[in-house]
Amino acid sequence: MAYSEKVIDHYNNPRNMGSLDKSDPQVGTGIVGAPECGDVMKLQIKVGPDGVIEDAKFKTFGCGSAIASSSLATEWLKGKNVEEARQIKNTDIVEELCLPPVKIHCSVLAEDAIKAALSDYQKKHQESETAQAVEAKA
Amino acid sequence: MKLPVYMDSHSTTPVDPRALEAMLPYFAEKFGNAASRNHSFGWEAEQAVESARAQIARLIHADPKEIVFTSGATESDNLALKGVVEMYREKGDHLITAVTEHRAVLDTARRLEKQGIQVTYLPVGEDGRVDPDAVREAITERTILISIMLANNEIGTINPAAEIGRIAKERGVLFHCDATQGVGKIPVDVEAMGIDLMSFTSHKMYGPKGVGALYVRKKNPRVRLAPLFDGGGHERGMRSGTLPVPLIVGFGKACEIAGAVMTEESARLARFRDKMLHTIMETLGEVYLNGHPTERLPHNLNLSFAYVEGESLLMGMKEIALSSGSACTSASLEPSYVLKAMGRGADLAHSSIRFGLGRFNTEEEVDYVIGRVIETVRRLREMSPLYEMAREGIDLKTVNWKVD
Repeated sequence: MAYSEKVIDHYNNPRNMGSLDKSDPQVGTGIVGAPECGDVMKLQIKVGPDGVIEDAKFKTFGCGSAIASSSLATEWLKGKNVEEARQIKNTDIVEELCLPPVKIHCSVLAEDAIKAALSDYQKKHQESETAQAVEAKA
Repeated sequence: MKLPVYMDSHSTTPVDPRALEAMLPYFAEKFGNAASRNHSFGWEAEQAVESARAQIARLIHADPKEIVFTSGATESDNLALKGVVEMYREKGDHLITAVTEHRAVLDTARRLEKQGIQVTYLPVGEDGRVDPDAVREAITERTILISIMLANNEIGTINPAAEIGRIAKERGVLFHCDATQGVGKIPVDVEAMGIDLMSFTSHKMYGPKGVGALYVRKKNPRVRLAPLFDGGGHERGMRSGTLPVPLIVGFGKACEIAGAVMTEESARLARFRDKMLHTIMETLGEVYLNGHPTERLPHNLNLSFAYVEGESLLMGMKEIALSSGSACTSASLEPSYVLKAMGRGADLAHSSIRFGLGRFNTEEEVDYVIGRVIETVRRLREMSPLYEMAREGIDLKTVNWKVD
């Protein structure tokens, strides 16, 4: 199948490929998909004290469109705050990468990965706030 | 070395220059209709067709009168199954085939099921082979046809056709063999293998596209077929339609060449294949061979690369023409049904690549492909979260994947 130039560019030059320390309380990790389905995405964000995403990384098992969708997602996440990041829609990814209908699931997976990473971060963040509050009371 | 490198010979092959040369006069100069009985144009065409028929028959140890020309293996499979079912309906209504057959057989069987025919789809072992005992056990009083392929188009596994042929004979059931991937590559003898009907095609063996054949046994037993098309009654009434003389001439020449070079060619391609297999496996690790280790086509290699998805692997080697068992390109998201039928996990089915070596591949090309595969798999493994998890000691089978 023919890929768009943008998909090929992300595949050949993936942005922000790699991993962040998942035990870091500032890091949110989202892993979505399943090997049986041919797609697994891991997306990580590192949120600064000001609530702005200062770093994002991905690793993806999947076709070129899945790799491109997650690579693009990390580019878009950097510099956004958590609320803004939540607004990223799979349709924006489809449009940017010119994905054909059979590849729309790749963009859906990328959106799911963003949401999963954000939820993980928020869960950790709340936990650490609660812990701090408990400490303060004691 | 010229790029791109073609290594997808199960899909199609280029026309051998010698076959092309033989065909050329039959387009414009010797253009007669082989069915024209009243002038030299027709006689000339008929003679060319009969000479090709003899070349084709010789390759498979058949009588020339047992060769029926078709448009290709898909038509041959359709003609064999539908033609037998219609002709022998009074005798029975049961077919036996296998889950790893080509779609031309499986989808034809499905259609026949809608018409009230019972079909048994035999499973295969993890090497992709049909068990002859399973064939024997599936035969009933109502069975009229067994359709089992000679060699699989994805994984190259060769079925025990001669044993199945013997069982079919014992039980008086007809045996159709889709030998599309085998004819011209490995020795095929319809007598020794007890084959009653056999589909094969020209373009998989360095002949032109658009022509194929169905071998139809003439004696012990004489197989009768209802035709798919009504018309002028060509090919002993089994396949009406004007014969494509140039294509048939090319097909005949391709068979003659295949017979002459088969021993040398299969040894050379098997050596290339084994070099690829061993170098890639030893260098990368966690590479799995799909199909039977020895009972396989000499030019077929099908590998699964753990932690890497097949389509992305092909994308990284754009200058090499290969095929993937991943079906990420189709809307179904279902990977190869052949690999799944063999019990390969869906994850490894998504990670498979088929290498189809051919007559014109050089050792330089083989070395190039080996290098590019290693390079690309390494790059994609670095990018794979599964590889990372496995290296951290996580057993991927125990992970609770969230599937929507």
